[in-house]
Amino acid sequence: MKARVTVTLKNGVLDPQGKAIEGALKTLGVEGVASVRQGKVFDIEFDGGDKGKAEAALKSACEKLLANTVIENYRVEIGG
Amino acid sequence: MKAAVIVFPGSNRERDIGRALKAASGVEPPYVWHTETELPRGTDLVVLPGGFSYGDYLRCGAIAARSPIMDAVRAHAERGGYALAVCNGFQIACEAGLLPGVLARNAGLKFVCKFHHLSVARAGTAFSGEYQPDEAIKVCSAHGEGNYIADVETIAKLEGEGLVAFRYCDESGKVGGPANFNGSLNDIAGIYSDNLRVLGMMPHPENLIDPLAGGTDGLRMFSSLVGAKAAA
Repeated sequence: MKARVTVTLKNGVLDPQGKAIEGALKTLGVEGVASVRQGKVFDIEFDGGDKGKAEAALKSACEKLLANTVIENYRVEIGG
Repeated sequence: MKAAVIVFPGSNRERDIGRALKAASGVEPPYVWHTETELPRGTDLVVLPGGFSYGDYLRCGAIAARSPIMDAVRAHAERGGYALAVCNGFQIACEAGLLPGVLARNAGLKFVCKFHHLSVARAGTAFSGEYQPDEAIKVCSAHGEGNYIADVETIAKLEGEGLVAFRYCDESGKVGGPANFNGSLNDIAGIYSDNLRVLGMMPHPENLIDPLAGGTDGLRMFSSLVGAKAAA
C-alpha cells in the first residue's frame, strides 16, 4: 500500500526558496504566477493493507520527525 | 568543569569546541559518538557542536535530534546540567525540544560566513558571567539556516522572562537592522532554557579564542563556564 505525506510551510512563515522560485518563474515569463510556496513530498510504502493503521502511523511519524509543527503543516494521503 | 562533546555524523566543529574548552580549563573534553546511550560519568557540561549532522537532510538537526545519545542529553538537562548548543547544535537542541522554536532558512537565502557582533542580552549567567550587559562581543557565523522563528507566545515568554541570550548587533552595539543578517525574530541570536542552564546560539564563540584568529571574546564564554563550576 502506498502513501504520500506532503509537508509545507505554514502560511505566514517566510519561504525564501519559494520566493526565489517565484522570481525565476517570472523571469522565464511564466504568466499569471501570483506566488509560490515550496514543500516536501515523502512517498512511503507499507507492508500490509490496513489503511487505518497506516494513517495513524504516518500521523505519528509526522509529529515525531517528518514535520516540525512550529513552522510546517502536513497532509497524509493513502492510496490503493 | 567536566565537559563532553557529542559528535554526530557530519559534525565538523567538535575539535574547535574541544580546543576552546582546553584553553579555558586546561583539559580537552572527551568526544562522545551519537550512538552512545550514556554520558561520561560526572559530566557537568554537554556541548552539541556545529556542522552538518546527517547532511542537514530532512531539516537541519532533525535526524541528529532523534539519535540514541539525545535521551541522555535530555536527562542531563532535566537534572539541571549545563548544555551549550552552537550552530547545528542549536538546530539539534530545538528539534530535540531542549529549547523552543526553530531555525529556518536565512531570510536572504544565502549561506553567510563572516565575523560579526552580538549584544549580550542577558549577563550574569554561567555562560555570560564574564560579559557586561549590552556589551558588543565579536563572534563568527557560518550558517544557511539561522533564522530564529517561534510562535508569538514563545517569543513573549523569552522576552518577558529574560531568556534571550544574545542579539545581532553592529560593532557599536546597535541591535538589529542590517546587523540581523538572517532575519531572526527580534534579532535573536541565542536563547536560554527556563533554568538558564541550556544555551543555544547560532554564532560560534569557539572561533574567537585566539588573537591570531581575530579576537578572544569567545574564550570568555568558556572561562565563564569554568568559573561558574568552580563557584558552585
